[in-house]
Amino acid sequence: MKIRNVVLAGLLAAIGVGAYAQAKEQFFPLLSYRTGAYAPNGTPWANGKQDYLKMVIARDGGINGVKLTYEECETGYATDRGVECYERLKSRPGVALFDPQSTGITFALTEKAPVDKVPLVTLGYGLAVSQDGMAFKWNFPLQGSYWTGADILIQHIGKSLGGLDKLKGKKITLVYHDSPFGKEPIPLLQERAKMHGFELQLLPVTAPGVDQKATWLQVRQSKPDYVLLWGWGVMNSTSLKEAQATGYPRDKMYGVWWAGAEPDVKDVGEGAKGYHALALNTSGQQPKVMQDILKYVHAKGQGTGPKDEVGQVLYTRGVIIQMLSIEAVRKAQERFGKGKVMTGEQVRWGLENLALDQKKLDALGFAGVMRPLSTSCADHMGSTAARIETWDGKKWDISSDYLEADEQILKPMIKAGADKYLADKKMTRRDVKDCQS
Amino acid sequence: MFYRENGQFKTTYRADQQIFPIAQDRWAVLLLIAAAFIVVPMLSSGYMFRAILIPFLIMSLAALGVNILVGYCGQISLGSGAFMAVGAYAAFNFFVRVPGMPLLLALILGGLCASAFGILFGLPSLRVKGLYLAVATLAAQFFSDWMFLRIKWFTNDAPSGSVSVAGLQVFGIPIESPTSKYLFCLTILVVLALLAKNLVRSAVGREWMAIRDMDVAAAVIGIRPMYAKLSAFAVSSFIIGVAGALWGFVYLSAWEPAAFSVDLSFKLLFMVIIGGMGSIMGSFFGAAFIVILPIFLNQFLPFLGRAVGVPISTVVTSHAELIVFGSLIVWFLIVEPHGLAKLWSIGKQKLRLWPFPH
Repeated sequence: MKIRNVVLAGLLAAIGVGAYAQAKEQFFPLLSYRTGAYAPNGTPWANGKQDYLKMVIARDGGINGVKLTYEECETGYATDRGVECYERLKSRPGVALFDPQSTGITFALTEKAPVDKVPLVTLGYGLAVSQDGMAFKWNFPLQGSYWTGADILIQHIGKSLGGLDKLKGKKITLVYHDSPFGKEPIPLLQERAKMHGFELQLLPVTAPGVDQKATWLQVRQSKPDYVLLWGWGVMNSTSLKEAQATGYPRDKMYGVWWAGAEPDVKDVGEGAKGYHALALNTSGQQPKVMQDILKYVHAKGQGTGPKDEVGQVLYTRGVIIQMLSIEAVRKAQERFGKGKVMTGEQVRWGLENLALDQKKLDALGFAGVMRPLSTSCADHMGSTAARIETWDGKKWDISSDYLEADEQILKPMIKAGADKYLADKKMTRRDVKDCQS
Repeated sequence: MFYRENGQFKTTYRADQQIFPIAQDRWAVLLLIAAAFIVVPMLSSGYMFRAILIPFLIMSLAALGVNILVGYCGQISLGSGAFMAVGAYAAFNFFVRVPGMPLLLALILGGLCASAFGILFGLPSLRVKGLYLAVATLAAQFFSDWMFLRIKWFTNDAPSGSVSVAGLQVFGIPIESPTSKYLFCLTILVVLALLAKNLVRSAVGREWMAIRDMDVAAAVIGIRPMYAKLSAFAVSSFIIGVAGALWGFVYLSAWEPAAFSVDLSFKLLFMVIIGGMGSIMGSFFGAAFIVILPIFLNQFLPFLGRAVGVPISTVVTSHAELIVFGSLIVWFLIVEPHGLAKLWSIGKQKLRLWPFPH
């Protein structure tokens, strides 16, 4: 009896999946994690992605008349579940692109995306070397990578000291999540350390990062001038609490943009006052796009998360990721035919030709939220600008102007890294002619 | 009725010692293998292969290895994820560093390295038993996590610590398409499962089981505990190591140490407990339960919601999936603490008497 029910249910599920096949719509697979150690940060990010889609569907009815559909798939931040989600959703008709929402999953999908011809958007994370579009045809680390982030932090610290030459003899400690995510900035920091003569201390924290007593003991011992925090999820608030316990001044701590959202500092509250982090975007409900989401989605009771979460740092980042994805489809339609469903390859062209100037951003409702961004065949990042934000005990305040990563340092490193990747894989660089495809 | 053995006489020792002494079983297994090799590739889609069948095959292989150690030799291990990691990274190093290294040889060498690693971390089993050993083998897990995160040599100096492989081929046949990957894993699984099945029926296997049932008594009748325990560790880690290499090479193709975290060790142990300790068949059931059920629930729950007209949000689905999965584990263990394999053998027993149970 029970077994029969299960079999029956399985069959029905199969039929249900089959019914998707008929629709002629642009499909957005949404990989996300709402469970597991990183759920507090993964959830607002996922909600932002989904709410923006809902808003565009409700407000515009799609892109130039093409209907939009989406489905979320829970990865739990685990690579194998992420691969399963990707395999499940990639063959849906009209699939546009993937945002794996995890560095580990990105690494696994980087091998698979070229075969399936689906672009990967890894906004602010993923492989730093994939900025090189001539080597990584399908990866788009839009808005920045960990190398640009680390570079901006060093520049900012140098600036606050009154010049990069003042960094000489200083001691900078990197407290990082011991995973590819945390290790990514190390090559750049080492390069900068060589250039400016500061001492770089590397302190890994085992995932998920709740146990950091030993790390902060070392911080107390070596008394670094600055601590860079490369954490994610529960690791960030733990670091801040440990810094408080150790007595390390929070205003000498700088986090990456994944360590600068509400869930990271909320529990620490006043204890995190003065802590800085990189900011790829602002937060708050004032921008027009957030107002639209509140109006078209939340007012109708269809919001994915709680209403007061709209406009938070990670939520906003989710919204930006989804906006860029939709704009890439729109751009692709301009070339390959308005009102048509774009293939993954066409969306890739759209991602390669994004040109969002200030006027465009204002029109989209993103005035002041982010920096203009324009990508090309060779540059899959579009913009390397980021600001510093500071936690005042209750909210994040932007505390610096936009800083750009130094191309002079990054370019040769990216070229070398991409060349090594290609050599390992026995592949060659794309031909310039390939850019028009 | 289906399993009636009337008329099946064994007249030679050979016939008596077959793996499947009952003709029905023999045919059923042969048919199953034939179906897996011929029918499944014709029917399945890319998604079925890549997301369900391939992970299921590889995890079955790993569970098989764990079952030899835990189920047959009674040495509870929480270091299985580490043995997988050692297999994967060792195979990776052989594959990348030695020019022209054939894939199969890399896998076998990876398995042998895992075997050596297993023997090393099996040494505590000579002194401690049961739960204490489980905690001791955790050391293997933490050691491997540390080793592959911090020693750059193992990851071929990859700056981020993530490694990847490409261009897999066996005897000139590329292992790229889902079907070829599936057949490759299936072949390895069938060969190793057959070897394992024969091994547990042999003198070595009986030594393991004697140690499991009562090691003092086993020592009294002349079984060397050291030899028996360490050989179980060696064989089991070899199989787990090959499974780990397949997991990295064939399924993920790019991986980081987190892919072989302590979670995986627990999962493998659950597979063995739920599938059935001391049963080759049980490893397959356990792997199916742990690998496929969450994926099924993840797709089935939203569908169920739509069917009854209650849209279930993704938030609810992701949490409900964990709740249902957890409850099912508890339910299964209460209903059948000896695992799914026991249910299977009860079913067979019933079929033997059907339709006249007594």
